[in-house]
Amino acid sequence: MDNREFLMRRLHSLLGIIPIGLFLTQHLIVNHFATQGVEAFNNASHFMANLPFVIFLEIFVIYLPLMYHAFYGLYIAFTSKNNPGHYSYMRNLLFVAQRYTGVFLVVFIAWHVFETRFQVAIGAAAEADFNMMENILNNPFMLAFYIVGVLAAVFHFANGIWSFLVTWGITQSEASQRNATYFTLLVFIVLSIIGIRALFAFV
Amino acid sequence: MGEAAKTVIFEIERRNSTDEDSYWEKFELPYVMNMNVISALMEIRRNPVNMEGKKTTPVNWDMNCLEEVCGACSMIINGKARQSCTALVDQLEQPIRLQPMKTFPVVRDLVIDRSRMFDSLKKVKAWVPIDGTHDLGEGPRMPERKRQWAYELSKCMTCGVCLEACPNVNDKSDFIGAAPLSQVRLMNAHPTGAMNRDARLNAIMGEGGLASCGNSQNCVESCPKGIPLTTSIAALNRDTTVQMFRNFFGSDRMVD
Repeated sequence: MDNREFLMRRLHSLLGIIPIGLFLTQHLIVNHFATQGVEAFNNASHFMANLPFVIFLEIFVIYLPLMYHAFYGLYIAFTSKNNPGHYSYMRNLLFVAQRYTGVFLVVFIAWHVFETRFQVAIGAAAEADFNMMENILNNPFMLAFYIVGVLAAVFHFANGIWSFLVTWGITQSEASQRNATYFTLLVFIVLSIIGIRALFAFV
Repeated sequence: MGEAAKTVIFEIERRNSTDEDSYWEKFELPYVMNMNVISALMEIRRNPVNMEGKKTTPVNWDMNCLEEVCGACSMIINGKARQSCTALVDQLEQPIRLQPMKTFPVVRDLVIDRSRMFDSLKKVKAWVPIDGTHDLGEGPRMPERKRQWAYELSKCMTCGVCLEACPNVNDKSDFIGAAPLSQVRLMNAHPTGAMNRDARLNAIMGEGGLASCGNSQNCVESCPKGIPLTTSIAALNRDTTVQMFRNFFGSDRMVD
């Protein structure tokens, strides 16, 4: 039976929420410690960076799922022929935005990981602490890049929840899909506030 | 009298055969009350003279029923795919731009070849098999309310508008599009058709099937018959989720 594409698409949908979406939420919430001062953030960051088996947690909860989602996502994004001009319905615009944010996020996350976790891994930095982020975000271009990055990630996740619910056949009726839109809009707003507040705490 | 006669301007994307490059040709024709795109094309056929006054070949297009039930006359009118028989000139912005639905192979001018849709219907087994070695008698009865609901799905005329509007149906992907998927839901809902529902579900779990849907929902916005295509897709998503687990963990049971 030739259902490899089906299974790969379903896996792509699942991994976007579990674990990547959950990790994103957790990441933004931990970042939010920055609003309580340097020490609070450093404690939280230190705790996360020193979880037992942290390298395995990172590989199986972050790197592998994220890489699969990113690379298969690029394939999906580039096999669509976007047509928001003549068919400018809300869902189609969100469909296009999901693809643009996805491609942008591959670049943003690659850069973000290189600048933070990778520097710690090669020993160029002792720890991903408050100081490191403060140095990065001191540059106004970097701050703008990070703001766009956080908003894109949160949008991609929120809209991804909506399509996850459809892809797995949870929301079927028009009404349930409409309500899911309101719910995911709420997720977008709440996580955006958390993420942006944390970014400005470093400035 | 004395007033300039009202005219209608058409811009038509034409080509002589599938492999040739397209070109635009403009036509100006007298306005007739309540005219539609097809009656305008008929007028161009009667008098094939373009706006520069040059005699040209008549524009080719496909049509059959002229009442939006056959799906043959679908084309892109002012950017959106729809049937030309129900496209009233009074409701269209001018100049009226006509293009073939290039998601399909263009035969000539506005004529397209929708064979791929019929091939897809075969691929997903969108029929109710009733053949036996002897008279199988009547099938199970369908509840009236279910029949009324299923009737809406049966309005599909394979016109191809949902495929044209879909960003995921293109030359880079082999996605079969919304129409044949919705037919799977219709056939699976039929009491006799349901006896083979697993075969259809497994068919749409194959290459270019259900999973290629990206939920842009252009199909349901564009469907001239108002078929709840996205609800069909979501319902099939649930059915295939169950089928997927059944295939993997289930027993040898095939049908309910």
